[in-house]
Amino acid sequence: MSTPTILIKSGRVIDPANGVDRTADVLVAGGKVRQVAPGIRVDADEVIDAAEKIVCPGLLDIHVHLREPGHEEEETIATGTAAALAGGFTSVACMPNTHPPLDDATAIEFVYRQAERAGHCNVFPIGTITKARAGRELAEMGQMVRAGAVGFSDDGDGVADTGVCYRAMQYVSMFDLPLIQHCQDAGLAGKGVMNAGTVATRLGLPGMPAMAEELMIQRDLVLAADTGARYHVAHVSTAGGVELVRQAKARGVRVTAEACPHHLLLTDEACSGYDPNYKMNPPLRSARDVEALIAGVVDGTIDCLVSDHAPHSAEEKELEFLYAPFGIIGLETALGLYVQTLIQPGHLDWPALVALLTHRPAAIIGRDKGTLSPGADGDVTVIDPDGRWRVRVDALWGKSRNCPYDGMELPARAACAIVGGAVKFGPKV
Amino acid sequence: MSTAATHPPVNAEFTWRRKHLLDLESLSADELRCILDTAAGFKEVSTRSVKKVPALRGRVVVNMFFEDSTRTRCSFTLAAQRLSADILDFTAKASSVSKGETLRDTARNLEAMGVDVIVMRHPAAGAPHYLTRCVDCCVVNAGDGQHEHPTQGLLDIFTVREVKGRIEGLKVAIVGDIAHSRVARSNVWGLTRLGAEVILVAPPTLVSRSFEAMGARVCHHLDAVLAECDVFNMLRVQRERIESVVFPSLEEYSRLFGLTAERLRRCRPDVLVMHPGPINRGVEVASEVADGPNSSVLRQVTNGLAVRMAVLFLCNQAQIGDDRDGSRTSAAGSPHPNPLPPLDSARGRASEGAGGGGAA
Repeated sequence: MSTPTILIKSGRVIDPANGVDRTADVLVAGGKVRQVAPGIRVDADEVIDAAEKIVCPGLLDIHVHLREPGHEEEETIATGTAAALAGGFTSVACMPNTHPPLDDATAIEFVYRQAERAGHCNVFPIGTITKARAGRELAEMGQMVRAGAVGFSDDGDGVADTGVCYRAMQYVSMFDLPLIQHCQDAGLAGKGVMNAGTVATRLGLPGMPAMAEELMIQRDLVLAADTGARYHVAHVSTAGGVELVRQAKARGVRVTAEACPHHLLLTDEACSGYDPNYKMNPPLRSARDVEALIAGVVDGTIDCLVSDHAPHSAEEKELEFLYAPFGIIGLETALGLYVQTLIQPGHLDWPALVALLTHRPAAIIGRDKGTLSPGADGDVTVIDPDGRWRVRVDALWGKSRNCPYDGMELPARAACAIVGGAVKFGPKV
Repeated sequence: MSTAATHPPVNAEFTWRRKHLLDLESLSADELRCILDTAAGFKEVSTRSVKKVPALRGRVVVNMFFEDSTRTRCSFTLAAQRLSADILDFTAKASSVSKGETLRDTARNLEAMGVDVIVMRHPAAGAPHYLTRCVDCCVVNAGDGQHEHPTQGLLDIFTVREVKGRIEGLKVAIVGDIAHSRVARSNVWGLTRLGAEVILVAPPTLVSRSFEAMGARVCHHLDAVLAECDVFNMLRVQRERIESVVFPSLEEYSRLFGLTAERLRRCRPDVLVMHPGPINRGVEVASEVADGPNSSVLRQVTNGLAVRMAVLFLCNQAQIGDDRDGSRTSAAGSPHPNPLPPLDSARGRASEGAGGGGAA
């Protein structure tokens, strides 16, 4: 299939892996990045004027839930990847807690096939650690690696049994792929539905203490140090968790971590009105945790940013807070929220933010993505850094509407997304 | 309305404006006093030979109970009847999508039958708040999960005020399963707002330090506070909590936290002993204490009726006030001031969304 020649003109090109931050043109042809230079003269099929815009490697989000197979009424690989494009993401890694879970090679191949049929953005499936996500027997991780799995996780739950988790880390260590843990000690978290603390006490809702996250991180870091496995902390949400990761990195443990926009923006106070759109797992924490997370992003303890896009149907989500499922959608609001929480207050500059969304997450899942090096895959995102917009949940591309940001104004948005050398979102699409 | 001279006078400017009673946390001291004073007036009705006033004639109150309850339900039923309202009883197991009709659908169906007030008991904290986003009628919280039980809190406070003549400056101990208690939370908010000091007494597994943020003191030794408190409100402890590993046995609980006759002797002579019921005799309170002269257990039940009459009356008045102000469209000359809600399924959702955006 021939792909067009695309010339992206006069943008602020930010390519952190190559130390690039300057006004230049980017030429994409034959599905690859060909050249980054000022004043490229070429007879392009498509010319995109990127003046006043940021041109960067296609963004990655390595923690999304696409719900297919099993809950296609909430999201499909097609609708979820459309939402990803609208949010500026050219690659997503999807979590395996589907029904049935992605716990064998066939399931991994299914995701690739559905993603190809949808033809939107790259989808990299993450396989389960244990069969049926049951936490008892190891899933066929080796065969999933051959089918293209980019990591392993029982996300939604942590691997509770220490012996099983130890074996899993030993086993995973031979693939150079991450074991991605949803860190939560099940006994301590109990039936909690929000952060344990004064707000939960006031609301009469059972709480999940920060300790529950910290304890599993602590345990896993010991296991990771022993096994040499690559260990990735999913959606870290506590000050203590960030500090544990920071110290382990200093000791040389192969650990990485990610953070979500809602944990950078909101605290458990948001649960006060019992709106289930503020119910997520890990839960919204305290202001002190938010500060620590931001500090962790700034000092590099946190390696990448993810949306934890978790669609739920209205029938399922719009219930009493206690009964509603965890999670909110996030692909289309993530970029704007990163700008609001990290760039506007001056915590990060644009190159630092772009790094957290490109080559750094790409390295975690071991894919050759996230750069504009000549010959790299033709995945490019154009960002309008001043593109203010108001979130209207009914106008989002994804299938579900469980979003707490309806009506909120965000400071920036994606203007264009190019995947494999073809414009998939933006002008003329 | 009659007000005992010892009570602070009702603010003459004050008008009750809430059509829902969801919690005591959000009520001002004036609002609390307004309910208590209104209840004092209604208490007199119970002493008449004809125990009825026409205040809610033609209005419909539904008891929507998703949890077992005998006394609260009976109390609300009688309260509504004494106000001449029609009362409808609706009982169901707590619904969830897997078990059948949602709370929203259940409530909107009842509302479609012309209900003016929904009195709801529900196992999920926040369910009444959620309900106010689904319906237009008044919502009265009769206990939501472990969150609040505002009418129980009010009747406790009413009883204290009736016996002690005041709330301000009193020391009130609440003893027992604080962590899981909606009664404790409502009492803490109401009592502290009216100027009492509240001491929460329980083992650390049943009361966390986060209660201090609500303005209460936390103490783990009943013996340490016996002499200083004016009131002991003894909460029911449940055998089920042993399975969730919060205390080892009822016997040990009773030894450490039970109000025995011996402990009562170490209290002030005029100490008031309360219990929201049903009592585990010999566990939280010894029988002779529960039945003794310091106990107000049955008085609380009597007062519960007056307090619930006051709540139903005030919320209804606020709703009628709303209608009269034209804040909601009502068919001209309609005998029923509560018109059918618009057939717009997106209504509740849209308002929730807007609320969410604002909170963010």
